Amino acid sequence: MGKAKHYVAVTVLVILATVILRIFVLGPVYRLPFAASQQAGPIDTMFNAHFWMISFLFALIMVFMLYSVFVFRRKPGDNEMGPYIHGNAGLEIAWTIIPTMFVVGFGIWGAVMLNDLTRPNPQEMTIRVWGQQWAWLFEYPEQNGITTPELVLPVNQPIVLEMESRDVLHSFWIPEFRVKQDLLPGRKTYLRITPTEVGNYKVRCAEICGLQHSIMLADVRVVDQSEFTAWADELMAAPAYAELTPAARGEIWYTEFGCNACHSLDGSALAGPTWQGLYNHQVELEDGTTVTADDAYIRESIINPNLNIVAGFAPNIMPQDLETRMADKQAEIKASQGADIDIIADIIAFMQTIEQ
Amino acid sequence: MKTLGIILNSAYVRGLVGQAIFTFAGIGFVGGIRTALGLEPNVEPGVVLGAILGVIGFLLFAGVLTDWLKWIAGKKTPLKHGVPEGKPQWSRYLNVDVNHKVIGIQYGYTSLLVLLIGGIFALIFRLELAQPGLQLLQDDTYNTLFSAHGIVMIASILLGVGAMINYLVPLMIGASDMAFPRLNAFSYWVGIPAVVLILSGMVVGGWDTGWVGYPPLSLRAPLGVVLFLMGFYLNGLSSIASSINMLVTVAFMRAPGMSLFRMPIFVWAATATSLIQFTATQTVGVALTLNVMERVAGLTFFSPAGGGDPVLYQHLFWFYSHPVVYVFVLPGLGIISELLPVFSRKPLFGYKWIALSSLGIAFVGFLVWAHHMFVSGMNDALRIPFMMATMFVAIPTGVKFFSWVATMWEGKLSFETPMLFVLGAISVFLIGGVTGPILGTIPTDLHLHDSYWVVGHFHATMFGGFIFPFFAAIYYWFPKITGRMYKESLGKLHFWLMVPGFWVMSLGQMQVGLLGMRRRIADYDPALGVQGTQVLITIAALIIGWSVLIMVYNLVSSARSKEMAATNPWGSRSPEWQIPYPVPEFNYEVPFEVVGDPYDYGLAGAEYVQMQGAPAPAGD
Repeated sequence: MGKAKHYVAVTVLVILATVILRIFVLGPVYRLPFAASQQAGPIDTMFNAHFWMISFLFALIMVFMLYSVFVFRRKPGDNEMGPYIHGNAGLEIAWTIIPTMFVVGFGIWGAVMLNDLTRPNPQEMTIRVWGQQWAWLFEYPEQNGITTPELVLPVNQPIVLEMESRDVLHSFWIPEFRVKQDLLPGRKTYLRITPTEVGNYKVRCAEICGLQHSIMLADVRVVDQSEFTAWADELMAAPAYAELTPAARGEIWYTEFGCNACHSLDGSALAGPTWQGLYNHQVELEDGTTVTADDAYIRESIINPNLNIVAGFAPNIMPQDLETRMADKQAEIKASQGADIDIIADIIAFMQTIEQ
Repeated sequence: MKTLGIILNSAYVRGLVGQAIFTFAGIGFVGGIRTALGLEPNVEPGVVLGAILGVIGFLLFAGVLTDWLKWIAGKKTPLKHGVPEGKPQWSRYLNVDVNHKVIGIQYGYTSLLVLLIGGIFALIFRLELAQPGLQLLQDDTYNTLFSAHGIVMIASILLGVGAMINYLVPLMIGASDMAFPRLNAFSYWVGIPAVVLILSGMVVGGWDTGWVGYPPLSLRAPLGVVLFLMGFYLNGLSSIASSINMLVTVAFMRAPGMSLFRMPIFVWAATATSLIQFTATQTVGVALTLNVMERVAGLTFFSPAGGGDPVLYQHLFWFYSHPVVYVFVLPGLGIISELLPVFSRKPLFGYKWIALSSLGIAFVGFLVWAHHMFVSGMNDALRIPFMMATMFVAIPTGVKFFSWVATMWEGKLSFETPMLFVLGAISVFLIGGVTGPILGTIPTDLHLHDSYWVVGHFHATMFGGFIFPFFAAIYYWFPKITGRMYKESLGKLHFWLMVPGFWVMSLGQMQVGLLGMRRRIADYDPALGVQGTQVLITIAALIIGWSVLIMVYNLVSSARSKEMAATNPWGSRSPEWQIPYPVPEFNYEVPFEVVGDPYDYGLAGAEYVQMQGAPAPAGD
């Protein structure tokens, strides 16, 4: 009879529309980055399943709707009512039960996969991740605690990232690795990754963390195991701090304490004043006065950053705990190497080497 | 001259003057005390007191509190209804008025105005995003604009929801007004100083926390964050007050014969929305209060350094802020269900299922808040139950979609502008709906969380669940409100610009999100390969912006036309369309009785409402 014709047509159209949507419309949308971690494998399988479901559900509703729009439109001059159909309990139950089975299925699949993604691996290597406004720092406890502003990972090595923030919330995300985890101040969070492809990537902070959130990036290098060992050995073999010049130490502190996040060395404007042409030059402050950026001023500004705000910059951006953190570091060097280091003096020495 | 006088003496102007005076008084008072005590200069405590007093000043000067203050003093005051003597009809809209239709329209135009402000913010930072690098804006201005866009749009949506509920519900259930007319006026008017606070927060330093205001960032952000948090709080106050009013009105003031399952379907949606507003808003009030207290008074709730927990804020915040998205969309979905039978000339398919699915969404909506926190570092044991609960939202939402297409099936569809916007709403809300489960399953969310995919998904739910149905409602009830018909050609132009514009914007946002574009960034890495799409999104956003201006022009110019519209141009069965323009002060001069079901289109001889008795003789 006449009605069956509509249902046959709609069924055919839904199938066609699902395929067309998935391939031609969602094809250009569904563009995941290159998969570079073991975790990306199962996650991308789930992405595929979701995209077919998205295509089917969108096609299902839209085909029914557009079919009605084109086939059941009111003819001009037709003032009759449509058929009196006010519901169908069987249908309602069906379209409650069937989607329930689908969402429960996806939920169970997701739960099992999440369990796999977070399960500790006996072979895993620990790397500590520190986030602070707007810099990343990576510490390798299994490689004598070397620290670096770039994340270097041996390929195919299971890694657990032990992460913590020094200030506000941040979020660790390497899109090619697919997984993401926030960093909290005062509490460790963990993320497990196994890089599978040698190459260069970037950590991108995914949680709004203030002024320069958009440029809170860190370089990631995934390298062969042998290259990783060589790299780590070189850093571990770095000379004792006492043997370095103060300026060379200062350059290390510049990234280790995250100064680089806000103070450029080339005159470009970031959240803090550039260090180029700063040392022993005149600085205009927010209150209109002018001071000379001598040793005492710089020391004061590191210890108590809100005391003197340079004109054009905002307070409350620079960490307030640098004095403590630097003292801790000095004590640690004293304990391990027996050397007396003044980190602020090193930084001042480094500033003097920057092209003025 | 008289016009200017009425405007200058309107409640808006008086209120703003009062807010300014009281704000500066508060700042000066605290500043004076601090100076006298020799405390270090800190403007923030003064700003907080100033903001609180400023709101009281606004309400006092605008006249919102007058009757209540007189009651406290022991004086009885009658409820003043109708046009004030010697003043034109339009002056009612600029002053405190207790009639629900006046308040509904006040909500409506304020919502549109605030929508335009929030939209302009979005267009500015969209232009910035068209190219990598910073051209128009700096980091701080960008952050302030996207943060303000979020909260300003939320204020606009809450006002729009208020517009629909206030204007329509009493008319639909045959009530003479809302249950508490003065409280109704308060709910609207307290929203104005809220918007003023948020906008002034942008001027005094702005803020960079987004609309979520997460600590510890909120504790370090510029001063604007305090005014934003307080403005947000006031919006919540307005929500709670209006939801009580709405629930009482629906519970006690329905026409005879209007059993629950004979209410127009929009009233169900409004009820579900009000239930959420009434029960969830308090927790965000707590979160915002603690946040302000920590920042201004140094009381530690969220900073780990002082023993607080930043994740706790997120729980308190999302316990409201997830359900509130259903506050935004349920009325819109109600509008879709309300209009589809009219333009399909067919009963609403599965009325009870649709009605109960609104309550189902409201209920499940309370159990899913932590899906905003899947990567927050909360306990792993919490992630899986919240994932399952989140997936269940799809079920009552699916019931609505299936019922809508079944309503259209074999109907006799016509495509005037309101119907076009309903169809657009279904298509756009469907985009929002089908892109949700991929965020619900945690493994895929680990990639998509805080990416532009979320931006795309969220805007699709907001446009499909609120903006499109709100515009449909405006066009649909425009003849009821103004007695005139809007211009169909301009309405159709609006639709055909906005729908494709939105599709492009939405799909573009999702694509760049998958590719690795993060939310809330002033600048992006060209290496992600997203620049071409960014240009497309910006063009689409500009088209959407222009199309909304076409609607505003259409509404304003049509309202001034001389030609009157027919009483019931859509052939609706709903009671408000059975009485001619203008709707009387107390709605129905003769009460009606409900004698049938609301959507029995196509059932011969079926009536929904019967006007009772003979009309009262005029002039008696």
